[in-house]
Amino acid sequence: MKRIVYREWRIPPARYWSILAILAVIAGIGALAALYMEHEGHWVTGMTNSVVWGTPHVFAVFLIVAASGALNVASIGTAFGKSPYKPLGRLSGLLAVALLVGGLLVLVLDLGRPERLIVAMTYYNFRSIFAWNIFLYTGFIAIVIAYLWSMVDRAGAPFYKSVGTFAMIWRLALTTGTGSIFGFIVARQAYDTAVLAPMFVILSFAYGLAFFILVLMFAFEQEGRPLGMKILGRLKNLLGVFVAAMLYFTVVYLLTKLYGAKNYDLVGWMLMRGGIYTLVFWLGWVVIGGLAPLGILYHPVLGRDRSWIVAACILVILGGLATMYVVIIGGQAYPLQIFPGQTIVASGAADDFLGSVAPYSPSIPEALLGIGGVAVAMLITAAGARVLQFLPESLADKDIPPEEEPAAALAQAEA
Amino acid sequence: MKKYEKDTLDPSRRRFFGAAAGLTASLVTSGVVLHAASAESESDSEGGLDPRKDPVTDEVRWGLLVDTAKCADGCTACVEACDRENGLDLQVKPEGESQSKWDMQKAVWIRKVRLKDNQTGRITNLPLMCQHCEHPPCVDVCPTGASFKRADGIVMVDRHICIGCRYCMMACPYKARSFIHETMHDQLTRVPRGKGCVESCNLCVNRRDYGVASTACADACAAEGHNAIVFGDLKDPDSPISLALKELSSRQIREDLALNTGVRYSGI
Repeated sequence: MKRIVYREWRIPPARYWSILAILAVIAGIGALAALYMEHEGHWVTGMTNSVVWGTPHVFAVFLIVAASGALNVASIGTAFGKSPYKPLGRLSGLLAVALLVGGLLVLVLDLGRPERLIVAMTYYNFRSIFAWNIFLYTGFIAIVIAYLWSMVDRAGAPFYKSVGTFAMIWRLALTTGTGSIFGFIVARQAYDTAVLAPMFVILSFAYGLAFFILVLMFAFEQEGRPLGMKILGRLKNLLGVFVAAMLYFTVVYLLTKLYGAKNYDLVGWMLMRGGIYTLVFWLGWVVIGGLAPLGILYHPVLGRDRSWIVAACILVILGGLATMYVVIIGGQAYPLQIFPGQTIVASGAADDFLGSVAPYSPSIPEALLGIGGVAVAMLITAAGARVLQFLPESLADKDIPPEEEPAAALAQAEA
Repeated sequence: MKKYEKDTLDPSRRRFFGAAAGLTASLVTSGVVLHAASAESESDSEGGLDPRKDPVTDEVRWGLLVDTAKCADGCTACVEACDRENGLDLQVKPEGESQSKWDMQKAVWIRKVRLKDNQTGRITNLPLMCQHCEHPPCVDVCPTGASFKRADGIVMVDRHICIGCRYCMMACPYKARSFIHETMHDQLTRVPRGKGCVESCNLCVNRRDYGVASTACADACAAEGHNAIVFGDLKDPDSPISLALKELSSRQIREDLALNTGVRYSGI
């Protein structure tokens, strides 16, 4: 088998530092936005006592879910022994850690008391899926770093398969945990269903791969490294499968809700009467994030055009943010069913308790914090690829490792 | 090396440390003795459990019974009393904030709700606050354990370890919790509040500390002559709340969740 050569990302310094500077400025603006919200208090955001998680959570959950999905590419090479994916393993690991760090930063900076992070690290309530997630997230970073070591260091090579398989299991647990944050909420009609856990796993496959393809294409194109259609075609077809699976889970989620009479109103609201949420569901979640990229990726002509593949990846990411918006914000805005069969005609407090949909409009600082998290993730990826050997020198069709015969792979694993 | 140490050994340092240790020991010992003596004399004078010193036990379970038939239309005495008791009337709308948004952001511990039956049109009035569940979802989801249930059944937030993640607010089926969105300007010593933390009805827990068996809402309702809210120990078969529960048929809100709430309603 031909040896895969990895090289640092050697684009001209002026361009590299410009990219870094732009990302740093976006991240810096996000940090300032976080500082402003913490200093003033959350009243400056669109969040209320009804919609308690706002736009920062949309970005944070999206990035965390995408992070575990980004590791998928490496897992396919390791756990499933698909050789053509092996040269992509290092970038996959780097991007996974970077996205997770970006997402966690947004999550932490949106806490009411972010300076008490040490409390979250020292006091644990193990009945809380949130507490479990703290371990799943930090553990993920540690395991992926070990995984990367097993890829790059000769001393780590014997552990490559086992660490890689463990990392895959861990990432599945992580996304299951993230989906369960919502799935375990019995009080709210939009949540309270176990299907959210596997649905989040599928969403992570799609978002993570879309991020991965974009970063890969950008990095290779900037430096002029060859990226053949053989591997790109496989990646984009895989993305198509994940997007289709995402649509399938969307249907299953809605059918699950539709089965119980008590949730008819919720589904009707989401699909027809929900105003902005209905619009974001159909236009963002279904069309932009689902049908449009699916059409592009499997189109006989467009599906081979690199610009269109880039467009499809961007659509998947935008659709993903829309999905998170409907799930997280829409799920909270929909009124709690406290008194079935009764209408709340008045509630002393002049809030939105009257059984109506809770208003929420995202504020600029919230959005800036979320975008800052994306910038941090990209900053880590750019800096990592620059200083360490994450990117394969060539992904030209002739340099892609051939698919191993099952027997050969087995023999190699035993050896 | 040894010679050097011998040369520089300073006997005055040793004397100083000796004196310091002796002084510290004598101060600490006398303090401990005095504290023990005072504690002994206090418990002697009162006898039995002292709510200021003895830990909360599960021999009691505090709860409320709301008789909706007595809850008067248009009366908000319980809400106002709660606001006064807990310093919620001291909340100030941040400068530049719109009133409508502030109404959704300021802390509300108790709401006066008016319900209309969809089928019959029957009107029901009731106060809605934290239901002090036996199996509270807010306690289950809290990552740090800040949201907790006391042995006596009161569900509340430890404001020292609340990180303000708001997951408890997501999980509460009664929308009972509030997040402090603004910088605090004024608060009561007995009810400490802080920006960035979550809070809710704690059955006037400060009154438990002084052995007062009532809540502000129940007192205010009685003062108005309605007596719609009864506070008491659900585990004591002879307490007024237990006796009333034996008489009236009562329900829990969202009984389907099987949370075994400490707040019960009759007539809904």
